[in-house]
Amino acid sequence: MEWLERNVPKLVLAPSFVAILVFVYGFIAWTAWISFTRSRLMPRYELDGFIQYERLFAAPRWDVAMNNLFIFGGLFILFSMVIGLVLAILLDQKIRAEGVLRTIYLYPMALSLIVTGTAWKWILNPGLGLQEMVRGWGFENFTFDWLIRPDMAIYTIVLAAVWQASGFVMALFLAGLRSVDTEIIRAAQVDGIPTHRIYSAIIIPTMAPIFLSAFIVLAHLAIKAFDLVIALTGGGPGYATDLPATYMYAMAFSRGDLGQAASSAMIMMMVVFAIVVPYLYSELRPRRDQ
Amino acid sequence: MTLKTVLAASAAVMMAGPVLANPQAEVLHWWTSGGEARSVAVLQEQFAAEGGTWTDMPVAGGGGDAAMTALRARVLSGNAPTAVQLKGPAIQEWYEETGLADISAVAEENGWADVLPAQIAEHMKCEGKWCAAPVNVHRVNWIWGNKQILDEHGIEMPTTWEEFNAAAEKLQEAGVTPLAHGGQAWQDATVFETVVLGIGGPEFFRQALVDLDPEALTSDTMKQVFDQMRVIRGYVDPNFSGRDWNLATAMVMNGEAAFQIMGDWAKGEFLAAGKEPGTDFVCAQTPGNGFLYNVDSFAFFNVDGDDKQQGQALLARLIMGKDFQKTFNLNKGSIPARTDVALDEFDSCAVASAEAMNAGAQDGSLLPSYAHGMALRGAQAGAITDVVTAHFNSDMSSDDAVQQLADAVANAM
Repeated sequence: MEWLERNVPKLVLAPSFVAILVFVYGFIAWTAWISFTRSRLMPRYELDGFIQYERLFAAPRWDVAMNNLFIFGGLFILFSMVIGLVLAILLDQKIRAEGVLRTIYLYPMALSLIVTGTAWKWILNPGLGLQEMVRGWGFENFTFDWLIRPDMAIYTIVLAAVWQASGFVMALFLAGLRSVDTEIIRAAQVDGIPTHRIYSAIIIPTMAPIFLSAFIVLAHLAIKAFDLVIALTGGGPGYATDLPATYMYAMAFSRGDLGQAASSAMIMMMVVFAIVVPYLYSELRPRRDQ
Repeated sequence: MTLKTVLAASAAVMMAGPVLANPQAEVLHWWTSGGEARSVAVLQEQFAAEGGTWTDMPVAGGGGDAAMTALRARVLSGNAPTAVQLKGPAIQEWYEETGLADISAVAEENGWADVLPAQIAEHMKCEGKWCAAPVNVHRVNWIWGNKQILDEHGIEMPTTWEEFNAAAEKLQEAGVTPLAHGGQAWQDATVFETVVLGIGGPEFFRQALVDLDPEALTSDTMKQVFDQMRVIRGYVDPNFSGRDWNLATAMVMNGEAAFQIMGDWAKGEFLAAGKEPGTDFVCAQTPGNGFLYNVDSFAFFNVDGDDKQQGQALLARLIMGKDFQKTFNLNKGSIPARTDVALDEFDSCAVASAEAMNAGAQDGSLLPSYAHGMALRGAQAGAITDVVTAHFNSDMSSDDAVQQLADAVANAM
């Protein structure tokens, strides 16, 4: 009995542990192996050095995909956080109907990215959406054709993604704002410190862990981004809005080039590691102040 | 009863199976939309009428990508379907990966070699043995025109790219969009290959897009092709990005645009809308001579068991049967791969297509379409399409484009 009591947690966790070991880490290892082979249509297992990585880095389309990842990821995280924070601070002013407003801002998060992408595709289509509407009001020279311009199309993806995610970030920040000790804020108000100083010097610094969480959530959304691109631009015009995930999909499922797909997946994983490992390190290391 | 006797009994039943066998076929395909689904149903009925059991395995999505993923999973688990909708060099690629069944017996008995154009028959063979059966022939290098608009502006269907450009200028001045086009990579590639055929001719097409000769890829002719692509870019309307091909066809139908360059599946859209060839719309080959084909076919995988092998033989015989070839292609808008099927019930565009195919088979201008996966393997065709679509959708110069083309092809080998 005593043995059982001690080992029940381990026994209960064992199946999921084994499943994750095989289906996550096992397959990561398998993908890594495939990325060092000349696999095409079907997996082959004879190792052949770094040929797939050489091909990957020689492909102009992969350069575009990586550049887009940094443009999209950077702007998406930045704008979502800024807009989310501003919305949260405004909602935090003890306004009326806060519950309703909060729901309205959070609602986009309830949509699937496919829906967001399709809706924005119509809104941004120069012949159907915003441009046509404003021209219909009499502004004949109004132009907003980012969707069909190869150099600007990636920003339409940022726009749609920010629209989708900033409400969620707002909710995170709002929870953070509410968890700040009201005693400190009262004390500061009694001392006559202006409101913007209270935010910049007291509230926001105490919310640092929330920023980190928001960053991690948004960063992995950015790296995974796939459905939004497929629905909004299909990777086009040309391949101007390709992201690493869409590149990998094209190689694995349309082109019968498993080796390329595996090597691009490995690079994507390394990008994720570059972000997550420092986070884990900072989270897991023993706190000095405790 | 012990476990052993149960096993023995069930083994005995399995062994006894083939004696009572009726032909079995499990068919993986992605013909799930309207006319296509009807076409497959015809085959299914014929198969059942001959006493076979048909297990349908339709996998829709991604223009066959989803079906190919399903196929990979099935093959990896050692349980390949009886027949799979495959086409072009992918047949030989699968043959190299897993081997395919040899259906030469059926092919020879029914004299396939005599009724198929030699170029198309070659796609159906794996190392000299028949391993696939063709269903239809789509012609890719068609240009469709709105009859009313063309008459109004006194424009004939162009026979050279210069004529096309002149007609397009005229239309543009009159405020009509000259070319209906959808900005998806494969549609860019479709226009590109017709320009390669028109400007370079059949021999150049073969060198550049079938043999991937680096000299042809970087030649001045190829630069002219990209120059023409840049000119064509000026003839499409501003909202073309991401548009589906059938919406582009609708633009021609509704008189919003004059021309579309698209394979003969576009004809299905015209016909479905009740338009008549010759009076409402006109079909002509794209400027230049030649016939770019896109042939759908079924490949036969290695299967165990007499019933399944009988099913393969029956299926192969039916697919190449005159009856099925006629019914299927009337539904789908393409022409029969067999050259001896009577074309009385087909429309004028289909008859013209069949004549051009026979002529092309004689003079060697019957060529595989690269944009539709008939000329090259996936990775190479994809690499070329990347360059074509990047050039078409940016301000890349023709010199840069041919250089990128050669690099991309070398990188995909």
